[in-house]
Amino acid sequence: SSGINAEYGIITVLSGKGGVGKSTTVAVLAGTLASSGLSVGVLDADLCGPSLSRMIGLKGSIHSCEQGWLPLSASVGKGRISAVSLSFLVENQDEAVIWRGPKKTAMIKQFLSDVCWGALDYLLIDTPPGTSDEHMTIMEAIPNCSVVLVTSPQAVAAADVLRQVTFCKKTNANVLGIIETMSGFVCPNCSDCGLLFGKGGGKRLAEYCNIEFLGYVPIDPNLSRLLDRGELFKNFQSSASIQSYTEITKKLIKP
Amino acid sequence: MSMHCGYLFKRSFRRLLSSQNNKGLPRKFPLAGVKNVILVASGKGGVGKSTVATNLAIALSKWCSVGLLDADVFGPSIPLMMNVREVPEINHQKLILPPINYNVKCMSMGLLVDPSSPVVWRGLMVMQAIRKLLRGVLWGPLDLLIVDMPPGTGDTQLSITQEIPVTGVVLVTTPQAVALADCIKGAEMFGKVSLPILGLIENMSFFSCPFCSVKHHLYGSTPLSELVAGTAADVPVLAQLPMEPSVVRDCDKGSPSVIDNPHIGLVFDSVAERLLLHLDLESET
Repeated sequence: SSGINAEYGIITVLSGKGGVGKSTTVAVLAGTLASSGLSVGVLDADLCGPSLSRMIGLKGSIHSCEQGWLPLSASVGKGRISAVSLSFLVENQDEAVIWRGPKKTAMIKQFLSDVCWGALDYLLIDTPPGTSDEHMTIMEAIPNCSVVLVTSPQAVAAADVLRQVTFCKKTNANVLGIIETMSGFVCPNCSDCGLLFGKGGGKRLAEYCNIEFLGYVPIDPNLSRLLDRGELFKNFQSSASIQSYTEITKKLIKP
Repeated sequence: MSMHCGYLFKRSFRRLLSSQNNKGLPRKFPLAGVKNVILVASGKGGVGKSTVATNLAIALSKWCSVGLLDADVFGPSIPLMMNVREVPEINHQKLILPPINYNVKCMSMGLLVDPSSPVVWRGLMVMQAIRKLLRGVLWGPLDLLIVDMPPGTGDTQLSITQEIPVTGVVLVTTPQAVALADCIKGAEMFGKVSLPILGLIENMSFFSCPFCSVKHHLYGSTPLSELVAGTAADVPVLAQLPMEPSVVRDCDKGSPSVIDNPHIGLVFDSVAERLLLHLDLESET
């Protein structure tokens, strides 16, 4: 067991498919929770492609104390976000982390057991695509882990997420629901909604697997820009997709 | 003939020596009957590697014999995209016979496991699976094997680059900063193992609204060549692909866009012509 003290739980965001918005979901969920006054930890388990730290605008080196590593943190609204990422441990951000499974497993275990998170309300875990060392390590360390699945509407994405659903069942994870991202694009010019990747693939998957469908999130260029610049929390309410994530967060928060 | 083989052996042996480090890595041996190997990679997931790999394979198949290996054991997209469903047969030498569609030999973990079953493997099993997909399949005779790589810079990338000689890498990225960051890491990794990067393909460059035709650069409009200047990914941009719902639909229904979409066909023909210049189609294997 990880021994992490997260009052309301640990939520791991999984997909199976790459590039559907796992890190975006973690960043926005963390921001939404923190804005309401909560203390949120985020752990980036994607060691080869640690996007999360860029998205939440946290940079720097991690320091250690007697009890372990100290996460980097920032105030967000009335609350706080603390984060741990491999990007805080490497000097050259452009340098590739070319690790085989055992090394990745060891790193994830350290993130789970050697970080002094303090008292958290929630810990959110971002994951790489797939069902490999990182995912198994998390599931083994956190029994009955709560999971949120993310998919785009495409059939190729839904096929990978279906496998992830089976993985969750096999590891006794508690699947809270499925989010369908990249679901429609509202043209800023004419306000009509184009379906770049279709719509409804995630909802159909949720129905097929008898899992709660948490909601659609549209493509939001403004959100993409804020995440690319690490300015999400400076302009948190300005993006249309934030409203979609707010509704999703309400479904996830325990009363 | 024997002298020619002797020269080729000495040349490949010297290459083998130079490709090994002194830590006892596995030796690289070419795949039997396969003349060239191109990896389609990115670092970042979801940027369109499989879309590019399938369309590129079909475009190149007009000029040479092509195979397509889906090296993403966790998220195998090729069976869906290439509309290949049949369970492969095994020959008397216990080699898997890759199914053929659109004139391309295809192989994927997705053809060997149930579609809803996850492949829950640690790195060592991934290594063994990759080796099986490379050497346990009757690829040859083949002018070119295109390998659709998974995202990341881990076990699969290491296994393939350590196992077989590779002609070069085509990197796929979107203009999004997080995708570029991973693309640069990917380029850096391939640089470390001395693989040439043949070019970049920019996917999801822009989207034309189907209602008012206004172009939207969803991830910014700075030219990709400027974004990668001075980095490990500073290589020619081979193509810019727009976000087109029709391309997404074509992937999902297993009918790659190069076949029926003239614009996409022209783009990939152009990429194919440039990549052909890097291929050795003459030598015996």
